[in-house]
Amino acid sequence: MLRYIIRRLLWVVLVLVVIVALTYSIFFLLPGGGSDAIANRFAGKQPNPEIVAEVKQQFGLDKPIYVQFYIFTRNLFLGDQYGWPGLGKSFVLRSPLKEVLIQRMWVTIQLAVGAAVIWLLVGIPIGILSALRPRSIWDRAAMTFALIGISMPVFFIGPLALYVFVYKWHILPGSGYSPIGEDGVWQWFNHFILPWCVLALLYAAFYARLSRANLLDVMGEDYMRTARAKGLNERQVIVKHGLRSSLTPLVTVFGLDLAGLLAGAVITETVFNLPGLGQYAVRSVFSLDLYAILDVTIIAAFFVTLANLVVDIVYAFLDPRVRYT
Amino acid sequence: MPEPLLEVKDLRVHFPTEDGIVKAVDGVSFAIQPGETLGVVGESGSGKSVSFLTVMGLINRKSAIVEGEVLFQGQDLLNVPKEELQAIRGNKIGMIFQDPMTSLHPFYKVGDQIAETILAHEDISKKEAGARAVDMLKRVGIPRPDERARQYPHEFSGGMRQRAMIAMALSLNPDLLIADEPTTALDVTVQAQILDLIDRLQSEFNTAVALITHDLGVVAEHCDYIQVMYAGRLVEVGTADDIYYRPMMPYTWGLLKSIPLLTAQEDRLHPIRGLPPSLIHVPEGCPFNPRCPYVFDRCHVEVPQLLPVDGFHAAACHLSLDDRKRIVQEEVLQRT
Repeated sequence: MLRYIIRRLLWVVLVLVVIVALTYSIFFLLPGGGSDAIANRFAGKQPNPEIVAEVKQQFGLDKPIYVQFYIFTRNLFLGDQYGWPGLGKSFVLRSPLKEVLIQRMWVTIQLAVGAAVIWLLVGIPIGILSALRPRSIWDRAAMTFALIGISMPVFFIGPLALYVFVYKWHILPGSGYSPIGEDGVWQWFNHFILPWCVLALLYAAFYARLSRANLLDVMGEDYMRTARAKGLNERQVIVKHGLRSSLTPLVTVFGLDLAGLLAGAVITETVFNLPGLGQYAVRSVFSLDLYAILDVTIIAAFFVTLANLVVDIVYAFLDPRVRYT
Repeated sequence: MPEPLLEVKDLRVHFPTEDGIVKAVDGVSFAIQPGETLGVVGESGSGKSVSFLTVMGLINRKSAIVEGEVLFQGQDLLNVPKEELQAIRGNKIGMIFQDPMTSLHPFYKVGDQIAETILAHEDISKKEAGARAVDMLKRVGIPRPDERARQYPHEFSGGMRQRAMIAMALSLNPDLLIADEPTTALDVTVQAQILDLIDRLQSEFNTAVALITHDLGVVAEHCDYIQVMYAGRLVEVGTADDIYYRPMMPYTWGLLKSIPLLTAQEDRLHPIRGLPPSLIHVPEGCPFNPRCPYVFDRCHVEVPQLLPVDGFHAAACHLSLDDRKRIVQEEVLQRT
């Protein structure tokens, strides 16, 4: 078990190195990229060669690309002058990126985890109830809801929700982030509830369909017939034998969904003006802030690979047929 | 005759579908006495499984029209409240299924699954139930039952899983064991072991057994009575000897002839020609008429009734008894 985890963690490291290399290549190969272009951009309104050269030297762009890549990767795993992990300095802010990223990650975590709680609590029960009464009115209504939920993009439903709840009915305060420590729990909650719900809608719809399909499948399994033949009551049959095996596959999906969101829910953060990682990633791309782009990419890759590892370990606990090899 | 353990009267199970009504079971009556073994034989789709799933209440009543009576110890199982049916299932009637690979829940330990059955019916501690589960595994011939009880189904071989299923079905000493093709998914050597095990446990527990199979060869030595089903109806019933030595229905002949013989000179198989009928459009008259080599005019018009041949033996066929006796002598029995 421990050996398995160590081996998988080594894979995570390898994946991160490859991701850094890929991001580096893309960044420097793209039109408008490259050391000169970046240095020019940050060298002021009338750049002269000396200033550009100085900027290049300050940013560490004067060295060949593979050396830059080496230094960045080494710092990432071994730490730089700002501590571990070495995430470098922002060209725009001229300050270490670590604190900025941690702050923004915290906002994103609150958004993603809150939404995840909502979509699990809404989506899965809807799916289960639908599967228990297939083709009933309830089932059809729920699946219609799911279809709408899946088809509604956040950039549509988000502004719509803001318009209705904030500008029209004045039930909720506007967009933006209200830290829990500063303005109290209630303000914090009021600012988060809309983004949570909007972000959760798509996933809730998806999870409803998924858990319905899984449970319907499992209801036709031979071991469900065995469970009834044993004389268990219907509740035991469904809860102990049906749900256990129909919800286990959701663990995989959930792990990856949550990991994907932890790297930033770009559209939701933009619509609701939440200073999270996704919003920052977009800004960094527009301002060619190389290390910020690299960092956000690495964080995303890290969450996804880590989630994969966690999912595999948890899955082996839930399904005895799965073993670490 | 003493009161039968299970008496099924004119059972009909019809499934309405978009293409028409599937008459899976169409007017079947039979009885099982305490402690005896009834073999139920027929091809896929003859209604043998469906009729016993109906006895167990495992047919979804929302999607099926069920008529008739299923009297178990005098109680009509088709009309008892859900709770009473649950109290009977697994407790007074145990059931094992065709595919032991998929009939056990893959996520729970084998011992726990057996204990779960006991706990569903008896008010004892988990520990006691666990100990009894181990004891049952031992009685069905599983070596190192202590250890095995703590393993998961995927760690068992097919034969072992079927043994575990039997242990589960017999854990509460039921009056009736329904074995729905218990050996179909197993290889031949294991088949014999499982059937012998069922035999042995039957005398040990004094349980009546309904042995459902498509293989007449299987039921031969294990059954007191045999009933042959075709297209949702009984076409011949009798003692094992009646069915083997004095069969009186062309379909039974076909089944007997299709058993491969190692001693036979020729190396051809003798299948029954054609396919079982669609249960939506059952042929007019005798349902077997499109496949019957002895078919004549009357077979297309009139449904043959199950008429006594002698004693308990009865068959549904329009051919005269004398003709049938002659054909049996000349064409069927000479092979064996």
